[in-house]
Amino acid sequence: MKTFCSVWLLLSLVELSPAPPASQEPPLACTGAPDPAPPQPETAEDMASTGDLEPTHYPARRAAQVALHYLNTHHGSPFRVFGLQQVHKASAEDVAAGGRKYKLDFSVTDWGSGSAGPALRCSADVLFPRTERHSAPKVELHCEALQQINSTAQEDDAFYQKYISPDSTVSARDIPDSFGNMSEEMQPFWRLARVAASFIMLRESSENTEFNMAKVASITQQESSEEQLMLEFVVLLHDFPSQEIVQWKLLASWSPDRGVRVLQTEWQPRCPHATKPPN
Amino acid sequence: FATILHFGKLEAHSYIRIHNFMKLREYILCTKITKIMTLLNDFFSSVSNSPVDVHMGWNKTQWLRRHLRQAHIHYKVLISNLQTEIEKQIGYRSSRKRRSEFQYDYEVYHPLEEIRSWMFEMNRTHPHLVDLFSIGQSYEGRPLYVLQLGKRTRPFKKAVWIDCGVHAREWIGPAFCQWFVKEALNSYQHDSSMRRLMNQLNFYIMPVFNVDGYHYSWKTDRFWRKTRSKIPKYHCRGVDANRNWKVKWCDEGASLHPCDDTYCGPFPESEPEVKAVAKFLRKHRKRVKAYISIHAYAQMLLYPYSYKYATIPNFNCVESAAQNAVSALYSAYGVRYRYGPASTTLYVSSGSSIDWAYKNGIPYAFAFELRDTGYYGFLLPETLIHPTCTETMRAVKTIASGLLKKCTK
Repeated sequence: MKTFCSVWLLLSLVELSPAPPASQEPPLACTGAPDPAPPQPETAEDMASTGDLEPTHYPARRAAQVALHYLNTHHGSPFRVFGLQQVHKASAEDVAAGGRKYKLDFSVTDWGSGSAGPALRCSADVLFPRTERHSAPKVELHCEALQQINSTAQEDDAFYQKYISPDSTVSARDIPDSFGNMSEEMQPFWRLARVAASFIMLRESSENTEFNMAKVASITQQESSEEQLMLEFVVLLHDFPSQEIVQWKLLASWSPDRGVRVLQTEWQPRCPHATKPPN
Repeated sequence: FATILHFGKLEAHSYIRIHNFMKLREYILCTKITKIMTLLNDFFSSVSNSPVDVHMGWNKTQWLRRHLRQAHIHYKVLISNLQTEIEKQIGYRSSRKRRSEFQYDYEVYHPLEEIRSWMFEMNRTHPHLVDLFSIGQSYEGRPLYVLQLGKRTRPFKKAVWIDCGVHAREWIGPAFCQWFVKEALNSYQHDSSMRRLMNQLNFYIMPVFNVDGYHYSWKTDRFWRKTRSKIPKYHCRGVDANRNWKVKWCDEGASLHPCDDTYCGPFPESEPEVKAVAKFLRKHRKRVKAYISIHAYAQMLLYPYSYKYATIPNFNCVESAAQNAVSALYSAYGVRYRYGPASTTLYVSSGSSIDWAYKNGIPYAFAFELRDTGYYGFLLPETLIHPTCTETMRAVKTIASGLLKKCTK
């Protein structure tokens, strides 16, 4: 068992070194002389033991964040993004098929209203598969009273009506800007980007990652299709353990009825000397 | 003037000097805020490049200042209270010592040059409480300034070290260090707890640890984290200044690859910034009783170990200090911080400054991860500087106060 853990940890540590995310074929990287191969880090002991986990420690929190990403992909909207408030209970166990399953009891809030807003109690099973190539975690989630929280239907509809018109060509960069400023008009677009980014963050997550969206680099409205708002986003994601900023371009659709769907995603290299996303 | 005083106090009036009125015009036209247009109607036809002085009542001043901050247009408030100025002119003796007209906005993020001027100004205007000195030079040759705060009474006072901006993109850090200094100096007279701290302790404040990186995050890449040192044979630059300390260096949670954001460097203390601070703390190790490093984001208060899952020998005292600090922080606005050893609470990392400080004999070594929890992340809005700094101030004061008592846990 210990050998297996060590080998698995070695593999996952290798995946963390500078390279495109695990689920992508390496694209053509930035030009320049190839760097000497980095030396391999040594293996480390696995902290999390099977059984009850400390809810304030990072293994439980990372699993809860994955459940949050899942929640946002299903219930996020231009006027609602959920954030983690607290993990109450957590446990983990290795699974026969080769993976680790976390059982979580946690609370979430509507992130916009901060700690002032009402908290929703949720429970989730998060399974991190252990396969040779990375595959997305599997989440089963149940939140109490999800339907009872204040509906944003009115704002959703007003927003939809405003931007579904054929003349609408929203285009913006740097949301928020370096000083944290974000205009009120841009906030629903930021939330949509955050929800769309949740699809990517969910898919790319492992026990060794903890993702957040650092910023929306750009928003470009595309021609509406099948009564869906079509938006192309370039988002910057931040991963805690590696502290890396990862750039993704994605195409998403949204309508009040269908919610957010992500149609295309493309990892983009962040060349050291360039700050603008490559075209 | 005598006639005016006879009829009661004047309404507080301000002149705002706007340096780049052209930029303000552009902002007004782009954002279409008609209220500003009407307010500044008289100046609108102005096309000259000289600064414009605008005069209005207090409420309007605050409102305009907010917009100027948002547009990042530099301004100066010239006369904040005509009454005070009149009283000064006719020789009215105020209990406050006459300070310069230097006005500094602690609720915006400042570029490196402004922080440097501010440090010199603090040193100049508070000679009995402040001493400014340099502990070395950054990779790109910038001085590494430290402010010593506290009454210069006894030579062997216990000391507290606070550094901010180890990681370039964590702008709320330097903002807090500046806030701390401002609060300490402004409240010395009327706040007995602060006065006691300043009398009995020395505070060493390093407002920007990673000066090169901070400058780079303003000029080129807002999300830059590391230093800016060149690495032989690689096209990437910079070392993670919180992985470069000589304690279990480059073990788990740090990277040997120079292009990575947690690159530990070619060897421990390879970074001149790290080396300078380590040298200073080694020199003063007998006096320094608390090491506090300010980071963002996550809303956490962390203590050793970062590199392993083990309990420190003085766990009871440190954990209790952390608990008190987090309670004090919570008392301001109800914001929750997690606290605990860095390795289990945040992640395992090696070569961190708190582990080194602790190993070096400093009994209380803390790393703060300030607001928020990921909504704005590194891009914390300037409007949140005030509450973040206010609550963090309470936590830091609590830790400092704890040093004045003996821990018997």
